Parts: sequence; C-alpha cells; structure tokens
Amino acid sequence: MAAEAIDTASRKPAAPAIELRNITKSFGSIRANRNVSLTIERGTIHGIVGENGAGKSTLMSILYGFYRADEGEVRIHGIPTPIPDTRSAIRAGIGMVHQHFKLVHNLSVLENIVLGAEDDFILERSLTRARSLLLDLARDHQLEIDPDAIVEKLSVGLQQRVEILKALFRRADILILDEPTGVLAPSEAERLFAILRGLKNEGRTIVMITHKLHEVMAVTDTVSVMRRGEMVTTCRTCETDAGKLAEFMVGRKALFRVARDSAEPGERVLDIQDLSVVGRRGNEAVRRVSLCVHRGEIAGIAGVTDNGQAELLEALGGIRPATGTIRIAGREIDCSRRAASARSMHEAGLAHVPEDRQQLGLVLDFRAWENMALGYQHRFRRPRSRLLMDISALQDLTADRMRRFDVRPTNPSILAGRLSGGNQQKLVVAREFGNAPSVLVVGQPTRGVDIGAIEFIHRQIVALRDAGAAILLVSMDLDEILALTDRVAVMFDGRIVGERITAETDATELGLMMAGVVTESLQ
Amino acid sequence: MTSLPRWADTALVPLFSLALSLMVAGLMVLWIGENPFHALGIMLKGAVGTAYGWGYTLYYATNFIFTGLAVAVAIHAGLFNIGAEGQATVGGLGAALVCLSLEWPHWSLALPAAVCGAALFGAAWAAVPAYLQARHGSHIVITTIMFNIIASALLVYLLVNVLRAPGQIALETASFPPGAHLPTAHEILGWMGIGFPKSPPLNISLLLALAGCMLVWVLIWRTRLGYEIRTFGFNESAAIYAGISPFRIVMTTLLISGGLAGLMAINTVMGEAERLLNNAVQGAGFVGIAVALMGRSHPVGILLASVLFGILYQGGAELEFHMPAIDRDMVIFIQALVILFVGALDNMVRFPAERLLAFIARTR
Amino acid sequence: MDYTTLLQLLDSTLRLATPLVFACLAGLYAERSGIFDIGLEGKMLISAFFAAGTAAGTGSVWIGMAAGIAASSSLALLHGVASITFRGNQLVSGIAINFLASGATALIGQNWFRLGGQTPLLDRDSRFSQIELPFADAVSSIPVIGPFYIETLSGHSILVYCALVAVPTTWWLLYRTRFGLRLRAVGENPEAVDVGGISVAFLRYRAMLICGLLCGMGGAYLSTGLAGGFIRDMTAGKGFIALAALIFAKWQPVPALYTCLLFGFLEAASIRFQNLEIAGIAIPVQLMQVLPYILTVILLAGFMGRAVPPRAGGTPYVKER
Repeated sequence: MAAEAIDTASRKPAAPAIELRNITKSFGSIRANRNVSLTIERGTIHGIVGENGAGKSTLMSILYGFYRADEGEVRIHGIPTPIPDTRSAIRAGIGMVHQHFKLVHNLSVLENIVLGAEDDFILERSLTRARSLLLDLARDHQLEIDPDAIVEKLSVGLQQRVEILKALFRRADILILDEPTGVLAPSEAERLFAILRGLKNEGRTIVMITHKLHEVMAVTDTVSVMRRGEMVTTCRTCETDAGKLAEFMVGRKALFRVARDSAEPGERVLDIQDLSVVGRRGNEAVRRVSLCVHRGEIAGIAGVTDNGQAELLEALGGIRPATGTIRIAGREIDCSRRAASARSMHEAGLAHVPEDRQQLGLVLDFRAWENMALGYQHRFRRPRSRLLMDISALQDLTADRMRRFDVRPTNPSILAGRLSGGNQQKLVVAREFGNAPSVLVVGQPTRGVDIGAIEFIHRQIVALRDAGAAILLVSMDLDEILALTDRVAVMFDGRIVGERITAETDATELGLMMAGVVTESLQ
Repeated sequence: MTSLPRWADTALVPLFSLALSLMVAGLMVLWIGENPFHALGIMLKGAVGTAYGWGYTLYYATNFIFTGLAVAVAIHAGLFNIGAEGQATVGGLGAALVCLSLEWPHWSLALPAAVCGAALFGAAWAAVPAYLQARHGSHIVITTIMFNIIASALLVYLLVNVLRAPGQIALETASFPPGAHLPTAHEILGWMGIGFPKSPPLNISLLLALAGCMLVWVLIWRTRLGYEIRTFGFNESAAIYAGISPFRIVMTTLLISGGLAGLMAINTVMGEAERLLNNAVQGAGFVGIAVALMGRSHPVGILLASVLFGILYQGGAELEFHMPAIDRDMVIFIQALVILFVGALDNMVRFPAERLLAFIARTR
Repeated sequence: MDYTTLLQLLDSTLRLATPLVFACLAGLYAERSGIFDIGLEGKMLISAFFAAGTAAGTGSVWIGMAAGIAASSSLALLHGVASITFRGNQLVSGIAINFLASGATALIGQNWFRLGGQTPLLDRDSRFSQIELPFADAVSSIPVIGPFYIETLSGHSILVYCALVAVPTTWWLLYRTRFGLRLRAVGENPEAVDVGGISVAFLRYRAMLICGLLCGMGGAYLSTGLAGGFIRDMTAGKGFIALAALIFAKWQPVPALYTCLLFGFLEAASIRFQNLEIAGIAIPVQLMQVLPYILTVILLAGFMGRAVPPRAGGTPYVKER
C-alpha cells in the first residue's frame, strides 16, 4: 500500500495520522456527510477534491471541531479522539487554514499568531516567544514575514502564511488547508506548495481541500474525491490523472437526454469583447474574455468551480461591474455600474437565471407572485398610473406561469422560502423564461434540483432556443453541458482556454481542458 | 430549529412579550405598595371607560401612529431610524412657521399648507443622516441620535432668540391665528349632532393619521417604490439583481420616514397647543420605535399598538390622579419594559416556543 | 480673559469631563467587544440615583458608590443578556435601558424620599470630599505652574483622579494584555476568536461588566461628587456626548481623554460665558452645547479622516449555519 513509501518519512512505523470512520453530519434535512471514511498516513500530503457542496469543508470542520458529527469516530495517530470543540482539535495537534481567513484585519501579524494561545496575562511574553519562533520558521521553511506588519496591509498570499504560522505556533502536526490557492496568484501558489513539501518532509501531515485538479496532481501523495456528501474514491496520486478525477468529481447522473434538433444559429445576439471582472476577493476573476452567442443557439461554459464563470455570469446580469464591451443585438450596454446595468440589460431583452437562486434570484420572504416581478417591477403598472403596481394582473400571470412551468404547489401566494429547491428554481425559470427574452444567461440551472425538475428545466431551455433565443449556459455538470449545448467553451483561471462544437467532443477531452491540462494548442 | 408559523410570530410573540412586561410592571406596583390589578383597572377605566378618556387616548395614539409609521417605513428598507424624535421636533417648526406666516382665513386652507411644511421640515432633518448612510455608510443610528439632540437645541435657540412672542417669558411662540385652528372632536361630532366632551385635545389630525396608515399601506404593498423598498430591505443583493439602486432607496425611504415623523406636529403643535412650545415631542419619536416593532411594521398593527400606548399614556395620567403613590413615571417605566421585551428580548419568547414546536414535531 | 479665569475654566473642564471620561471608556469596552451600547446614559443615571440614595441612607459615600456600580452593572448585564444570549437588537435594548433608568429612578425615588424624584441633599460626609494634592504649598510660589497646580489640578474628588488613571489603565489593558488582545479581536472578527477556542460570549459579558462598572463610577460622581444629590434625569445627555466622544476618538482610550476634555471645556465655557462673542459674532449658547454632536457628524461625513467602528459591532455572533 501507500504506507510503505510514506513511513520512511516518519521516524517510527506509526498508525495513520488521521482516521475518519463512518462520519455522518446533517444540517436540517440536508445530509452534508454520509458515512464518510478516510485514512491519511503520516507525513503525506493528501488532497480532497469535489465540487462546491460535496461535503469537503464540512468534513474538515468536523475534524477541526467546528461542527460536531452526528455519527462516526475520529482517530488521531491511532487513538480515538473525540473532538467536541476547536480547543480539543488544537490540543490534538490539528491546525486549519480556512478558505476565508480567520484573521483580525487590524492587528499585527504577531498579535494574530498569539491570539487564543497566549500563555500569560501580560502580552509581551507571548509576543516575544512568537517572535523567536517566527525567526526559526523563517530560517527553516522560507516562511519569512514581517512580524509587526498589520494584517490587512499584507497580500493574500502573506495573510495565508500568517494562518499557517498560526497553526505551527500551536504545534500542529496535522495541517488542514481549505481551498488554499483560491485566492493566490500562480507564483504564490508555487511558493505555498514548496512550503507544504518542506513541512511534509519534517513528518507533518497535510490535508488540502481543493477543486483545482492540476494542483492535486502537482503536490499531493494521495487523493480522494467527494461527491454529494459521499466519499467516491481514494487513491495514490501517481496512479490516477486529472481527467479521471474530473469525471469522478462531476459524476454521472442518470440523465434523460432531451430530444432536440440540431441548432440553426442565426445572427449574433450576445457579443462580449475583452470583458474583465474583479471578483469577490478583489482578484481579477475574469480576464479579457471574448465570446459570442447566436440566435437559436445554446452556448455552454464548462469549467471547475471558481474559474471565473460565476463572475462572468454576474457581469452579464449587471450585478458586478465589469470593463470591456457587452453588446446585445448590436447595442452596447453599459456594464460598469451595478444595479443600473442590471436594468439596462433587462431592457435590452436579456434574462438572467443566477447561480444562487436563494441569495440573488429570489426574495425568500416574498410570495411567489411578488417574486414574479423581481427585476420586472416596471412592467406591472396599473393602467393610467405611474406609481401603482397592477397586483391582480401580476397574480394572474403568476398563477398562469406556475401552471405552465409546473411549480408546485400552484399557489401564487406561497412564500418562496417554503418551496422546495426544485420548485424555487422552476419559479425563477418561470419568471425569466416566460418573458420570451432574446438572450438568456443561465447559471447552474439544475444544481440541487431533483431529477424530475432537471428534465423539465432542460426541456424548457431547448424550447426557448427553438423559439429563437440566444442562450449562454454555465454549468459545472459536464453531462448537462453535453446534453444541452451546441457549442462549448471551457473556462480555466479566468480565461477561455478552448472552444469546441459539442457534437465533436466528449467528457474526457473537456475534463482535461477543465483541469487546465489541455489548452487550445492541442486543437 | 423549526421556525414559528407566521401567525405565531406576528401575533403571539409580541402579545406574550407584552404580557411579560406588564408582569414586571405589576411587580413594581406591588413593591410600591399598591394592588396591581386595581391599578390596571383604574388605567383601563380612565383611558377607555369614558368618552373623555377616549378623547385623550386617541389624541396620544395619533402621535404614535405618525412616528410609528415613520419608523416602520424605514424598517421595511432594513433601516433603523431612531431620529423620529428630532424629525418631529423640526416638523413642528415647519408647521408653526406656516401657521404664523399668514392670517389664515380657514383651517381647510391652513391644514394642507401646514402638512406640507411639517413633512418638508421633517424630511429635511432626515436628509443629512440619509445621505451619510447612502453615500458613506455612516450608520444612521449614530447620526440620527446626534440630530435628535441638535434639533432640540436648535428649537430652543429659535424660541429664545427669534420666535418667542414679544414680551413673553415662557419659551413659546405667539398663538396661531384663529384661522389655523383645527376642528376638535368636540366640534366635528357636534356638527353631526353627537355630544363629546370639550376638553380632550383629540382633533381632526386623527383622520390625517388614519389616512397616513392607508397611504403607507398603499405605498409599501401596492406601489413599485414600496416593492423596491421591501426587496432592498429583505435582500440587498436580490435588489441589485433586480436593478434597484441602493442609494435611491435609502434616500427616498428615509425622506418619507422623516416626513411622516414631521407630520406628528400637526396633532401636537397645530391641533393641541396652537403655538410652538419647547419639547413638544416628549419622547413620542421613541415610542414610535416600540409601536413599529410591536405592530410588526404593518399599518394595522401600528394602529393597534398606538392605541395601546395611548391607553398607557392616558391611563397613566389617571393612575397618578387616583393613586398618589404612583406617579406619571410609571408610564415611562412600562414603556421601557415594553420596548425591552417586545423589541430586544423577543427571542426570549421565540426560542422556547421554537424548541417547544420542534419537540411537538418530534413526538408526533 | 485673565489667567485666573482661565484656570477656573480649566478647573471646571476637568470636573465636567470626568463623567464623560468614565462613560466614554465604558462605551469603549462594550463597542470594542462588538456590542453597541447607546444605553450609557441610562446606566449612569441609575448609578447616580442609587449612589446618592444609598449615601443619603447610610451616610457613607463609598457604600453609595458600590450601590451605584451594582445598579449600573445589572443594567449592563441586562443589555448583555439581550444582545449576547438572546441575540436581540442592541439599539432597541439600549433605548429601552435609557427609558428604564429614567422611569425607575423617578418611581423609586418618589417612593423612598417623596421629594418629587430627588434624593435629599447630601451632607458633607456622604459626598466625595475634595482632595488637596501634596506639595501644594511647595509649588505655590512658582509662577504659572504653581497656580495651575493648585487651582486646576488639585482640589478635586477622588473620582476625578480615578477617571484620569482609568485612561492609561485602559490603554494598558487594551494593548498590553491578553484580555485586551482578545477584546480587540472579538469586536472586529469574533470568528477569529472562536476558532482559537475562546468563548465569544464570555468575553463579551466581561466587557459589559467593565462597562457597567465604569458607568457606575461616572454616575456616582455626578450625584455625589459634582452635585450634592440626585435630581431627575440629571445625566442630561452626558451619555450621548460620551458616545459622540467615543466616535470622535475613533474608539481609542487616549484620544478619548482628549476628546472628553475638549467636550468638557465646551460645556464649561458655555456655562461661564452665556454670551460668547468671537470676532464680533455672538455665539449662541445652544450652539456651544451641541458643538460636540456637530463635530462628530462632520467627522462621520468624512471631513476629518474616517471613523470606522469595530467591524462586528451591532451584530450578534452566530456560528455559521
């Protein structure tokens, strides 16, 4: 087994560093982890990959004592170790670098490092101890940092370094990193990997959660894949490849293929030139993307989470300011102002089904009919009145649309928050599709939606295409892309790295492109 | 945890909280050495037992409807306007300036003009905090606290140096011209041949307040602006998705809120005192917060809560008269308890109720 | 204005700034821990009442102050229960506490003393006496400094010096101790504290207790040091001026002292010169009274640097999901 190669790194033939046995965790009705078991040997770097919501972060939060597992056992170095809270995790030698850093922005590096681990009421002594440790670490691991710098003035790469130092200061010999490279520039990521290898060679165990497959290939010894709360596979990194992992990640749903004719693309309707978008964390998430979609065509954007698709979609919806040009039916739309842009996009005939229906697409405290006007509030005017909304027309329309788009229960007065996930999505679809848009941009239309609803939504997308709309579909689900689109572009690291006619490609090729392995040069 | 059904959250939780605050107030009465049930009886009888009592109860309620609506409109946009006190003070200035500016021939002409004056001045007093919130994100709570205090100092200054009637010692303006006299309940009901005592200050402003309730209901639930305000209040990112400008919503909502608070002056300054007095608002701006919270920001709820507070104010006055050991401060004390239990400790009722609900669901 | 007038003005500045300093530091602890507290006014008021009332009853100003602190701390804990345990609206809770103090002091006062809500006038023993600082004789001959020492610095009650000591103490506690580090952290990012295995709630409760203690001292000074008894609503907005000072000082202890001295000076000047004229323009006394608020609004408008409150302020801490 893998253990042989690894044991040479540690001093004694030891039990595995981490053993998780049958971990189960639910949040309300959602099962985030189902019977997950995992063994990680000492002195290795282990990667856990999976899509958003696959349960990776929940699993690691359980290991770090942030959540309590409903069932299951944790063993650290062979000893059953209950981890009811963070404090016990720290005591068991576990450190975690969270995806969103848990640093105090206006404190110094040193203060952040000692926070919670001060052993004396007088701060100075802890600070002195931390200062000397920092010097040691800087010497041994190239973890140089200015101890007196204020955290918010540091680059994200250095902030992450502070998180690692924090864990090491607490003598962690198991280090968990949650999406560590999500915020890093490539050169910073390289430096991080060098540091991780150095820590491994000292006998520390490192667990890295990510959805960037080439990084897993580059830095880990073993890797496991999670999907929908379950552990799908665990293997040695050298015995697999990025394409296989990508397939494991997205999985194969027993999808009903929607019967469809081939597309008859007409003129360009949506035309994007040199679009750049700054992302949530202030990084350049979309880098000079150019793309066009024709009338009567479904263009897909495939890619692993967090490669800029979300931001591209938000820019097209007018929610996130962007630079570059967006033209709809030849007319240029100002895309630099949020909200105002959303209105002009709508007025130009663009409809947007956002990725996050609960945060963006719906107001959960609103009734179904109130949600039906979201973004279209200007259209429901009482005749001869500038101010009043025509509520009864809106309610009638909602009842009609709910029947047409099979939203159940067909009650226009139900609160959106009380609908199931699939029906919430159908409500958004009913609103955005129902106005016969000339352009539709749609993100993850079937994520977290039951099979029946998936089929229905897919059919509606094809029907809208056949009615002449230009559709841009963003999805992490390769099967969805292959089943629906006429043309597919793959996004990686904020850029479009390749474009294919869907009929002429397959999951393996797209998987490699998504992993950043194959680029346009292969064409 | 299971969340409560809507009816329980809108009606049961506030009523339970109200009961809790009355219990604590009862303990205070007991400590003072009086019988709390007897005290409650006196209050109810004094506030709603006679036409005279109603005349005062509804007069107070009129004030609270205006300030309650002001706070509620802001709450719908997710904003917490605790500046109704100052906005009502400045609104009083607006109403007084209008009333004093002309020898008004008839109240029906003076009233619309004074309404405009009061609303404009109230809105203007909300404008600076609104702008600072919308542009700089400076918390309106902090700025409106400051503006409350600045308003009362401004009023004192103007009364001392500018507006005080010549030869007057008290801090007040000259009386308004007779043409600016608003019909009282006694007069209005008299036209219809119904008898009503002469002394209660209840006047036509109550109808204005009821109209205000209607208009706010229409604004919030029937107009596009109201739709946008509520969208913004529930979910700012969904509002941006829907093309709603946060700046516009924050400004508009707070101006409307300030205007409503300013309208309170029609009742107190124009309807009752008929001249501008110092400190005419007397905490009604803060009661508005309690009223809005209790009424769950809905005009009907606000109306009911306002009448409740009206009963409390008038009943408190009666209590002082009949039970010398208890003075008017009991009203402030109960008011504080209601604000505390209904507005800040609501989860003290909600959490156990939710746990109970989850328990029932599990045993089923 | 001659030197003696200036010294007297500074002397009353110090007196008037003292309750502001106490309340401002109290607010500093609460807000640095992430809890907005607009109930400083109410806590000072209730302490002022119980301090004077108890001192009148027992004849001991120290027992009085202890009672004041106890009363103020109970309201601070009430605010803590509402905002920490029950995750209620901190602003509403603060408003309620202000009214609660106003109503309760009047009710209880009337019930105890039957003086219309006041306490009896305190005699010499049940008030804080004035302390003559040492070496007053020795320095009296030195020009300028001597009179300043005797007229302005010396001759205040012990609580004035307590307030002056509380500022460096707070500074030390905040920036040089473990507690201070955690306090500064929890108001900015409670998650950072939570993942470190420290209880956010316990930390915040401790901050609220210190807040109660300081408001208690401020209130006790009002009724037993500055004045000779309690009168209704005697805090008269001092809690709000302290709040403005806290913002003006950008939530830091030493600037808080300077700001409170400035605001105290404005109050002293407005009392002394009812008709102040600068360059021929009469400054209305009301303007002097609200100058602290106007300055704070100008600050908030971004004309004097940025005043950024602690990031987690006002929001109850709930673990993710």
